[in-house]
Amino acid sequence: MSDTPKRTALYDLHCALGGKMVDFAGWEMPVQYPMGIMGEHQHCRSKAALFDVSHMGQVLLHGPNAAEKLEALVPAALSNLPEGRARYTFFTNDTGGIMDDLIVANAGDHLFLVVNASMRTQDIPHMKAHLKDVEVTEIFDRALIAVQGPSAQEVVASHCPQAAQLSFMQTCEALIGGTLCRISRLGYTGEDGYEISIPEAEAERITRLMLDHPDCAPAGLGARDSLRLEAGLCLYGNDITPDTSPIEADLSWAIQKRRREEGGFTGAARIIAELEYGAARKLVGIMPQGRAPARAGVEIHDLDGNAIGEITSGGFGPTVQGPVAMGYVQADHSAPGQELHLIIRGKPQPATVCALPFVPQKYKR
Amino acid sequence: MTTYYSEEHEWITVEGGSATIGITAHAAEQLGDIVFVDQKEEGDEFESGDEIGVIESVKAASEIFAPVDGEIIEANELLQSNPATLNENPEADAWIYKVKLSDPSQLEGLMDLAGYKTFIT
Repeated sequence: MSDTPKRTALYDLHCALGGKMVDFAGWEMPVQYPMGIMGEHQHCRSKAALFDVSHMGQVLLHGPNAAEKLEALVPAALSNLPEGRARYTFFTNDTGGIMDDLIVANAGDHLFLVVNASMRTQDIPHMKAHLKDVEVTEIFDRALIAVQGPSAQEVVASHCPQAAQLSFMQTCEALIGGTLCRISRLGYTGEDGYEISIPEAEAERITRLMLDHPDCAPAGLGARDSLRLEAGLCLYGNDITPDTSPIEADLSWAIQKRRREEGGFTGAARIIAELEYGAARKLVGIMPQGRAPARAGVEIHDLDGNAIGEITSGGFGPTVQGPVAMGYVQADHSAPGQELHLIIRGKPQPATVCALPFVPQKYKR
Repeated sequence: MTTYYSEEHEWITVEGGSATIGITAHAAEQLGDIVFVDQKEEGDEFESGDEIGVIESVKAASEIFAPVDGEIIEANELLQSNPATLNENPEADAWIYKVKLSDPSQLEGLMDLAGYKTFIT
């Protein structure tokens, strides 16, 4: 690992926009701009926010039956994924834990994958080792931006009419400002929006085109985290790890029927058993009753003082206007309405299990 | 009335044997949007360097460290109902505690405004 953080193609733009740069997973990224995390978060929920997510790994898989072969490493049904469609999934390990979560899109003659920045160095060798006769190509010369929020369609479609025709989890190639980009209608904020893969040389110009729209403002990693938390979306490394199974993480919706019946993916034995018999613990939404945020690592007790779990993500939800958290609890304490105590700085604070997401998702289906 | 500054970015304004403690505008700006303040209670005693509260911003939790020895006389209730005041007016309305000093000579170890300005640049 190199000590010097890497820079994305938009580094100069972040600095010009007043971004406060921090080291994140080996990348120098903006945690916020002068608007601040709270303002950027609200802007995304009310208009549109633009995030640089170029630190994430973009990967192409070429070769006969690449989708079918990838099914050996992930529990999503991919062999029947139509061209122009994307799906959320995760690499699983031998014990049914999650090695990373990712998006797989059928781009016609190849698959287009987006993996977490911190997991690039694991995922690419993992695929190369296990996908026989599949060419695994990590892309280093394309930026990735996310435009998210109720105005996202207007912002993107004003430069790319085809974007308006896409529904949630659809993807296409189209020209933006004369440059061929891959546009996918998805994101990680709970809002409608797009992720756009852009040739690096054109990245700043096209990003500025988006930001020129009066509804579109830049947002950093801080707002990205509070938005995804309110949307009940898992953060790899916190809410999902090699020790947590997809069933524990309440991600069974991402394992399609055929895969549940046939198995054939790494860790299938545990995952299929948990689908049938349930998991011993579950990831749930947790709403502290007071004003103190409960952050990752906070212990969860039942009302009798027994330790029954731990917060894995937590903070202040700017849309909720109060603290919100996610954490694992024993399955018999996971029903919405369950009262709990969170041990914050040594003191038990009352909290309630609640259904996720905290803020309704607004995908355009 | 004299104001001193600590390396932990607190200000302390002294009038006789009592003082008011808060965080500097520089600290508030670094913390970002403040959403919760965990304050100690009236009567709590502390020594210089003790944690005497926690400020939660959208980003993270940050401890408040006592710049001197003393005892809390009053915690500012405004911060419970409106923690964002700490971003808006950290060096006036959003004071955190009124305290009784145990050893006013400790103030000599702190910085004056000019010293603090140099410290943060």
